[in-house]
Amino acid sequence: MSSEGISKFDLVIAGVGGQGTILASDIIGKAAVKGNMSVRAAETHGMAQRGGSVVNHIRLGCELGSMIPMKGADVLLALEPSEALRYLEFLSDDGTIIVNTDPILPVTVTSGLCTYPDVDAIISKLEETHKVKAFNATELAKEAGHPQSMNVVMVGAVSNYLPISVDTMLECVKELVPPKTIDINAKAFEMGRNIAQE
Amino acid sequence: MSTREYMLGNVAIARGIVEGGGQVISGYPGTPSSEIIGTLAGMKERDFYVEWSVNEKVALEVAAGAAMTGVRSVVTMKHVGLNVAADPLLTLAYTGVKGSMIIIVADDPSCHSSQNEQDTRRYSQFSLIPCLDPCTPQEAKDMIPYAFEFSNKVQMPVIFRPTTRISHGKSDVELGPVNETRPAAEFVKELERWVMVPKNARVQHPHLLELQKDILNELENSPWNSLELSDGAKVGVIASGIASVYAKEAIIKQGINASFLKIGTYPVPENKIRTLMENSERIIIFEEMEPVVEEQVRIIAQETGSNVEVIGKLQGPVPRIYELNTDICSDVLADVLELERPDVPAEVAEDFDYDRCRIDLPMRPPVMCPGCSHRSTFHVMKKVYGKDAIFPSDIGCYTLGIQSGTVDTTLCMGGSITVASGMYQAGEKKPICCSIGDSTFFHTGMNGLLNAIYNKADITVTIVDNRITAMTGHQPNPGMGKLVTGEETSEVDLEALCKGLGAGFVETADPYDLKQTEEVFKRAKEYKGTSVVITEQLCVIDAKRSGIRRTPFTIDAEKCTGCRLCVNLGCPAIEFDTNTRKASINAMCTGCGVCAALCKFDAITEVKK
Repeated sequence: MSSEGISKFDLVIAGVGGQGTILASDIIGKAAVKGNMSVRAAETHGMAQRGGSVVNHIRLGCELGSMIPMKGADVLLALEPSEALRYLEFLSDDGTIIVNTDPILPVTVTSGLCTYPDVDAIISKLEETHKVKAFNATELAKEAGHPQSMNVVMVGAVSNYLPISVDTMLECVKELVPPKTIDINAKAFEMGRNIAQE
Repeated sequence: MSTREYMLGNVAIARGIVEGGGQVISGYPGTPSSEIIGTLAGMKERDFYVEWSVNEKVALEVAAGAAMTGVRSVVTMKHVGLNVAADPLLTLAYTGVKGSMIIIVADDPSCHSSQNEQDTRRYSQFSLIPCLDPCTPQEAKDMIPYAFEFSNKVQMPVIFRPTTRISHGKSDVELGPVNETRPAAEFVKELERWVMVPKNARVQHPHLLELQKDILNELENSPWNSLELSDGAKVGVIASGIASVYAKEAIIKQGINASFLKIGTYPVPENKIRTLMENSERIIIFEEMEPVVEEQVRIIAQETGSNVEVIGKLQGPVPRIYELNTDICSDVLADVLELERPDVPAEVAEDFDYDRCRIDLPMRPPVMCPGCSHRSTFHVMKKVYGKDAIFPSDIGCYTLGIQSGTVDTTLCMGGSITVASGMYQAGEKKPICCSIGDSTFFHTGMNGLLNAIYNKADITVTIVDNRITAMTGHQPNPGMGKLVTGEETSEVDLEALCKGLGAGFVETADPYDLKQTEEVFKRAKEYKGTSVVITEQLCVIDAKRSGIRRTPFTIDAEKCTGCRLCVNLGCPAIEFDTNTRKASINAMCTGCGVCAALCKFDAITEVKK
């Protein structure tokens, strides 16, 4: 867990290159600055980007380094189910996992080198040790108007946990998404926020 | 209005260049340094010159020339790029500069996207050029205007060394004022200084050594070094650059009473080290990569006859490889001070046993994009040259062709053609077909091709030309007819260039057209001497951004026999269902049509609207 003198809230975002993890983390980082909080973040660039496994760290109210120690995160936000499991060691024992249940098959699976685990098995595995909010964020994003707004659905979901006001979060969503997609993303944010409250 | 903004470390560095009044900025793209120039070029109002140069040596020389005229210049690159620029670097230390010059070299501990993890601070020691090492994006920004001033004061270039976690870290950054003065360029002839013939170099070298004292004195008391002596503490911790925030967090976490010296400059602040030494029984040193600070501390301990115990990387336990983090610092502190280890030892991270979850996770390596033309180039190359052929390759997206079996070597930028030549000259009898991207070819591949042709190497050089520098984030290059600012410029004709270098066989193929590409490669293979095949097709991401929409393809399950020929292409858009034994195409398809051309059963067709 984040602790006094170090950080107020530590969040790990896991996903696959191309899912929009950087935009998700940018919305939160920008909102933190608007909320007068210091913030540190680290992101994955370059060779690991396309289709690879990516992880972003965000530390709110932190003036030290951007990397969250092992078992340090308050929340693990996973944009893809298998990626939740891959970065589980960053989550503190009493932390929460918010996970999109829609899988993305890596080429190692489509070409038959590896198998993709059963999504239900992943979720129940996560539930053995942690509080889990699991839902199909990609479906919700489609309902909101476009599957690409899945990352904003997830940002909406995690907004329930962050020490930042909802209004500031929503404001930053609107500022950072492409202008044409503001309505879709505002809806996606609300849907994500609501489902994580259930 | 708030002057606090949320920004990427590289954007903060770019802001620092603006605040410091940078006038000429050059560089060559390389992760994690690339966004600095990208940010500067993207600014709507610009009163500075900015360019992507064709390689780091060229970029450094452009910035050096500018600084010789008295203006403020910056050159950016990644650590391995400094090897390319090492030749001018070492002599530039002798000449110094008249204006100001900052050499930004981003290091990549842990090789997140690099072929090695060399430490640029070694080049600082080697060249006797001072170096600044930031600990946060804020400090990175603040150091740049300081570096301009300092460089001008000592008339020397300054190396600025962010690491991946600074360059690709994000933070709230407090902006500063912009320096509005712009010294005008005026070159003053001073042959003794600017012309490094032996007579002058022999004078400049002792001058450079003499200058070290001034540099040390200036840096010792700069804001980037700070010493906090703690009452009753027997332990001193020294940490430099980003390691200082990791060490600080570990000290807070463990509740340790320790004196703390944070270092941000090289040469290191010797007086502060002496003071800490006098107040400590043991000193623990944290720094990323090489034991640069530690060596200096040991030298000072020997000079002063100090009995202080020095603990760091040389004899352990601080690791000399990969990047540091809070967990590693915590563990080292716990072990050395015989405290209880935190509940999660750092090695858990590296040895994390996925089996413990009792669920096997599929590997998710980075791959070439769906529809990427490199994939089809490699497919044809392998078919024509055969499994036994040797495929030297280079640095770029196409290095991911390692999964296609067409990347046998990757040494450095431009190293594919030269390695291929060396293999041929050694007497290797197997066919040799190397691959190199357009930007890499302009970087240092051209020299290699010239050398191969001149020395009659019988090899095929494949230039995989996707019309952009894709890997590092889509920077323009001389093949595109476009500058970093978007302005039009002359577009190099690759075929004419290769012919100009003396190539007797140069042909261009469209890699989406498998048949044509195969024929070109067959002719190239037959050709005696150095043959050049250019496979030209827009990068799929760039194509999408410029509005090109192709119809996606689909697989007719009735016709699919499950032969897996299309699956073996390794395109992320093609999936194989092991239950039904049929292939299918998912939503990622970009409509390149290569799989359709491969299918022997006509099962793959364009989606009907």
